[in-house]
Amino acid sequence: MTQILMPALSPTMEEGKLAKWHVKEGDAVKAGDILAEIETDKATMEFEAIDEGRIAKILVPEGAEGVKVNAPIAELTQDGETAKPAPTQTKTIPSPLVGEGAPQARKGGNGHAVPAAPAAANLEDPAIPEGTEYINMTVRDALRDAMAEEMRRDPSVFLMGEEVAQYQGAYKVSQGLLEEFGPERVIDTPITEQGFAGVGVGAAFGGLRPIVEFMTWNFAMQAIDQIINSAAKTLYMSGGQMGCPIVFRGPNGPAARVAAQHSQDFASWYAHVPGMKVVSPYFAADAKGLLKAAIRDGNPVIFLENEIVYGRTFPVPKLDDFVLPIGKARVIREGAHVTLVAHSISVGLIMEAADILAKEGIEAELIDLRSIRPLDTDTIIESVKKTNRIVTVEQGWPVCSIGSEIAAAVVDAAFDYLDAPPLRIAGKDVPMPYAANLEKLALPTIDDIVAAAKAVLYRQ
Amino acid sequence: MARAEATAAANEAAPGPREAKRTMDGASTERQKKFYRDMLTIRRFEEKAGQLYGMGLIGGFCHLYIGQEAVVVGMQGALGQGDQVVTTYRDHGHMLACGMDPGGVMAELTGRITGYSRGKGGSMHMFSREKNFFGGHGIVGANVPIGTGLAFSNRYTKNGAVCLTYFGDGAANQGQVFESFNMAELWKLPVIYVIENNQYAMGTAVVRSTSETHLYKRGAAHNIPGEAVDGMDVEAVFEAGKKAILWAREGKGPYILEMKTYRYRGHSMSDPAKYRTREEVQEVREKHDPIDTFGARLVKQGVVKEDDLKAMEREIRAAINRAAEFASESPEPPPEDLYTDVLK
Ligand SMILES: Cc1ncc(C[n+]2csc(CCOP(=O)(O)OP(=O)(O)O)c2C)c(N)n1
Ligand SMILES: [Mg+2]
Repeated sequence: MTQILMPALSPTMEEGKLAKWHVKEGDAVKAGDILAEIETDKATMEFEAIDEGRIAKILVPEGAEGVKVNAPIAELTQDGETAKPAPTQTKTIPSPLVGEGAPQARKGGNGHAVPAAPAAANLEDPAIPEGTEYINMTVRDALRDAMAEEMRRDPSVFLMGEEVAQYQGAYKVSQGLLEEFGPERVIDTPITEQGFAGVGVGAAFGGLRPIVEFMTWNFAMQAIDQIINSAAKTLYMSGGQMGCPIVFRGPNGPAARVAAQHSQDFASWYAHVPGMKVVSPYFAADAKGLLKAAIRDGNPVIFLENEIVYGRTFPVPKLDDFVLPIGKARVIREGAHVTLVAHSISVGLIMEAADILAKEGIEAELIDLRSIRPLDTDTIIESVKKTNRIVTVEQGWPVCSIGSEIAAAVVDAAFDYLDAPPLRIAGKDVPMPYAANLEKLALPTIDDIVAAAKAVLYRQ
Repeated sequence: MARAEATAAANEAAPGPREAKRTMDGASTERQKKFYRDMLTIRRFEEKAGQLYGMGLIGGFCHLYIGQEAVVVGMQGALGQGDQVVTTYRDHGHMLACGMDPGGVMAELTGRITGYSRGKGGSMHMFSREKNFFGGHGIVGANVPIGTGLAFSNRYTKNGAVCLTYFGDGAANQGQVFESFNMAELWKLPVIYVIENNQYAMGTAVVRSTSETHLYKRGAAHNIPGEAVDGMDVEAVFEAGKKAILWAREGKGPYILEMKTYRYRGHSMSDPAKYRTREEVQEVREKHDPIDTFGARLVKQGVVKEDDLKAMEREIRAAINRAAEFASESPEPPPEDLYTDVLK
């Protein structure tokens, strides 16, 4: 007798819905037969039998939601020598991703452990009229809506990249766009990053407004010559005649357990380059308002998203045309004792750290950078003049980091206000390791941030 | 230097360590059995990896090789000692075929200290200097210039070795592949480009990404000979591999082999595979499975009996279960390892 366990079907899945059984009790199955359909946080997947045998008992009924990974869902009896149950199959081993030790902020997808959005924090953007209704949506949907709205508004906007059309996006960000806009405007490319980035630049020179999706920013390193040498520098080199209104976007930063070549934050790489803008939002409303702004911008805009954040849900103002200015940070929580600055997924970390600090009587002021270039140093410096202490947080490497830049700016403009040297929390200075325990050690944690905040306050 | 021992003689039959008999018939029988055993080992290993992924023991991306076993087993059979191999992230089969230990590969998949990369590389990034396996590369197309560079080093040192560079139909479109072809032919580098055309790059069928779908013709503009091979037939792969390797070893330059093959599973574990029908997959599985068809051929030829295949199956399952246990029970790397091996 072998137990069939609820499978983990994606790197971020913790539980899922047992959408449909394809077999019933008493059915004989062989390897490769579909047993069931399972809905994960990303998609509905068919789940196949690995061994042959007979379904003795179905333990979880069709339609059951929230079935935990590794929970037994059926029992299989086996006969015949080749179908011996594998000993490990009956053991339930907690997933390294979902065990107690899993860092909270790396949970995504289904909403829990996601920091509660605005209420307490001052999240209202000044541009939003009083009384505007908010709807909850995922960052993924907010990005999709931004693209759809801009494509409806301007026929020169089009989307291209790997798997953006028929597959609906490798991370499902472009879901439904092919259907609405057709294959002329939602274009699947071959795996040729340098080539299609260059084609995008040429199309922008030709008067179109391309959105170029990189499946992840890791693969844009194939295309970085076109991004920097062709897109970013041409306006300058042409004495202002040419322009390159293009958005390069996709998931950036460490993902879960995909190791060094697929887990890297490029914020500081692109922030270094004059001639482009770099945006890296955390909240859904910012994702939407800033992506719309990026598409309308006359310059190349690097739009850095985050795979783990795609599934998080936040309120988005219900407005016909919600566009945010690129280059403005936002104070998302006010506090008098220490300034914590972050962007993208790290914003979730500083929010959690602030809650912990508050319990110890430390009021942190939180700044979500939203835009990396231009960097809103005014907002940061204003805050530091009030709190006299600053901690920066990011996932990228520490050397020549966003934090380094902020520390320099603060020392420049507010040296006399500082009561402690600025502290920088960053990813460790190593390629991302694969092993679950090492990966955890390589990334900033809430504890690191709490400790740093106390350190700049000279509390133990 | 072991690599210097690679000679044209290696093309003859690439005698494996298990091959005892010296007569031509005996040798080919032993080889056939080894092909079957190696393909089945890969199949069972991959199924087990899929299971461990489902249990949360393997994280991130995990690309299974199920369906494509004949390609790597046939090619490795044609390779000589000292020859090199470099491939993509779909690399578990290649490592096993290079003679790497299933326990060490599985332990890397589970991120343990006993894995080939001490837990730091994972499924996509594994290496064995001892077995001349140069990775395991996560960036599509990037391993092609690397394989070309290994061949460059072979020609430079005149060690007589050939480099097998495996990549997918999707990777074949990357610019650096064309750049590599040009240099390889220009400098007559001993490299075999093995294009594993499994008909899809994630969800994109070859016809949707590629203007000339006969990928073996890709070298024509550079004067590189190319050939399409039934990649579901291990013996056809072996014959084509021998010929191509001999060509490269004799200093005639690169060779392209387009292996027509098929992957049964999703691109990686989280692929819902909506871009093809289940019938399409079933059809290949039932009619062209590289292991089943080859097993039936061996029985028909009287090389083995059904019972022999069953015995082999039992033995392999036991070995793979041992590998899985090893991989589940080995410890994670110690925290200090975070900072090791960044620089020499
Ligand atoms: C430069 C780059 N772009 C995109 C990806 C994401 N990606 C990984 S595998 C893959 C499909 C490759 O297909 P193919 O070359 O046919 O190989 P197969 O997976 O079929 O073995 C893609 C798009 C990547 N890893 N690297
Ligand atoms: Mg392919």
